Amino acid sequence: MSLNVEWQRSDYSRVPYWLYHSADVYAREQEMIFRGPTWSYLCLEAEMPEPGDFRTTWVGDTPVLVSRDRDGTVHAMVNRCAHRGAAVCRHVRGNTKVHTCIYHRWSYDLTGNLIGVPFQRGIGGQGGMDEDFDKAEHGLRRLRVACYKGIIFGTFSDATEPLEDYLGPMMCAHISRLMCKPLRVLGYQRQRIHGNWKLYLENLRDTYHASLLHEFLVTFGLDRATQKGGVKMDVRHRHNLTYAHAGSDSDGDAKAAYGDHQLNSDKLTLRDPRLLEFRQEYEDDRNLAISTMFPNASFQQLNNSLATRQIQSKGIDAFDLIWTYFGYADDDEDMTDHRLRQLNLFGPGGLVSMEDAEAIEIAHRASRSEDASATTVIEVGGKGEISDRAYRVNDVPIRGFWSYYAELMGIEPEGAVR
Amino acid sequence: MIAVEARLAIDDLFADYGAHLDADRLEDWLELFVEDCVYQIVPRENAELGLPVTLMLCENKDMLRDRIVSLRQANEYSIHTDKHLISKVRIKGKAGDSYAVEANYAMYQADNEGNGSLYSFGTYVDEVVFTDDGPKFRAKTVIVDNWSIPHMLSTPI
Ligand SMILES: [Fe+2]
Repeated sequence: MSLNVEWQRSDYSRVPYWLYHSADVYAREQEMIFRGPTWSYLCLEAEMPEPGDFRTTWVGDTPVLVSRDRDGTVHAMVNRCAHRGAAVCRHVRGNTKVHTCIYHRWSYDLTGNLIGVPFQRGIGGQGGMDEDFDKAEHGLRRLRVACYKGIIFGTFSDATEPLEDYLGPMMCAHISRLMCKPLRVLGYQRQRIHGNWKLYLENLRDTYHASLLHEFLVTFGLDRATQKGGVKMDVRHRHNLTYAHAGSDSDGDAKAAYGDHQLNSDKLTLRDPRLLEFRQEYEDDRNLAISTMFPNASFQQLNNSLATRQIQSKGIDAFDLIWTYFGYADDDEDMTDHRLRQLNLFGPGGLVSMEDAEAIEIAHRASRSEDASATTVIEVGGKGEISDRAYRVNDVPIRGFWSYYAELMGIEPEGAVR
Repeated sequence: MIAVEARLAIDDLFADYGAHLDADRLEDWLELFVEDCVYQIVPRENAELGLPVTLMLCENKDMLRDRIVSLRQANEYSIHTDKHLISKVRIKGKAGDSYAVEANYAMYQADNEGNGSLYSFGTYVDEVVFTDDGPKFRAKTVIVDNWSIPHMLSTPI
């Protein structure tokens, strides 16, 4: 299957709408991206600390079982029985000595080796497998696994570069900052958004929308385009970091930029302002640092709300978003309460995040019927070169996403900007 | 034995609760809570794992007020109409002026083109107190069984 994409511009400042709505594109994404030479976020080590602990998840459409062996090493395998294709493990998390498929009770050890086939030799010399059936050939398909600062990643491809090279210095620095101490997982939120998964990956790279769509951010000064901040990417422009410094602008600056009608801060105050309190935890004074990792994750700090987000594609028209919130193991009760209070800002009902789902769903619905020549416009922060910006009003990292996407999909235009 | 009058008053409280939300009378809905209240929406997953993360957490009536002000003035969300179906209220116990009560709910949501679906279902695990102004919620915990939230969560459940 080859895809014929007519890029109007080699800098990805025009992206055809049909790329969000094509079954052929989706099938190729599964092969070239999710099962291709990329590292995907799987889960946190803190979710499965003990030998025998496991977690199931999805990488694109592929079910994945992450399992900690008796010796402490972490393994990941396709959660699909080698016999009849049923999910071997039906639970999201737990602890076990062996993974057994309920269908015909084939069982696998904690590293994915097939260790048991009931009635392999039949009964009384009748039935069962032929002599040449070799269990060693029927283990679960393995992913390569690598951990970085307590985050577990997996890849299907032997060609994927080492994890730290894939993340690059920018992502490694951001993850190291966020994962600076042992974690305590505080819980989960999930939502199903009815739009193409790429719309969310773009949304996360779009600094331009943040303080326009999310009025709460502007109104209460959490994140304004007038603040000191910007975007940073890795050298391949596949990952990005959005950052801002609280208090680096004044209400006056913001008013001059937004105009009075867009800024309600005079009229609106919170009766309980603890929601907005920022307790500086790191050496720098960034109150907002949200990174996005190609192809399926985001790692966030807004004030003291800390979380990972995982994106699981569910066909052309939907994706699941899983938020895993954490604090640090040495947080006292007051700090834990503070984090739990601040997660009112995020998730499916977050005061600064609920809009994203709506924006994605209306974009997905309205662009579905567009003809092949119709495109989105991506040129805030300028056209041409894809590079870091030390200001907020830009969507350059969206073009970074498309440049790496096109490279992996084998659909780059001639003279493509990378 | 729970007095019939108390039982009927608690039934009315739940009826008002659903009716106010369905009619988008969030400011009236707010008045069904005492000042020192807790309102939270909890994914059943976290409740079963003993993990504290909620989908919405208001630790007092001011935080509930802030949520409503934000919805009215600082949030954009799906245009929708809700319909709550609340089961018969089960009164589990009484301690002083406080009643421990539970009810199941199903909440349907329709969009502005007339399409709708079952949006949320689960259980209310509540504490109701009788004030001079009748029964009010001191604590309301919405435990959501279908905790992978469809679309988004804006107005309270
Ligand atoms: Fe957003």
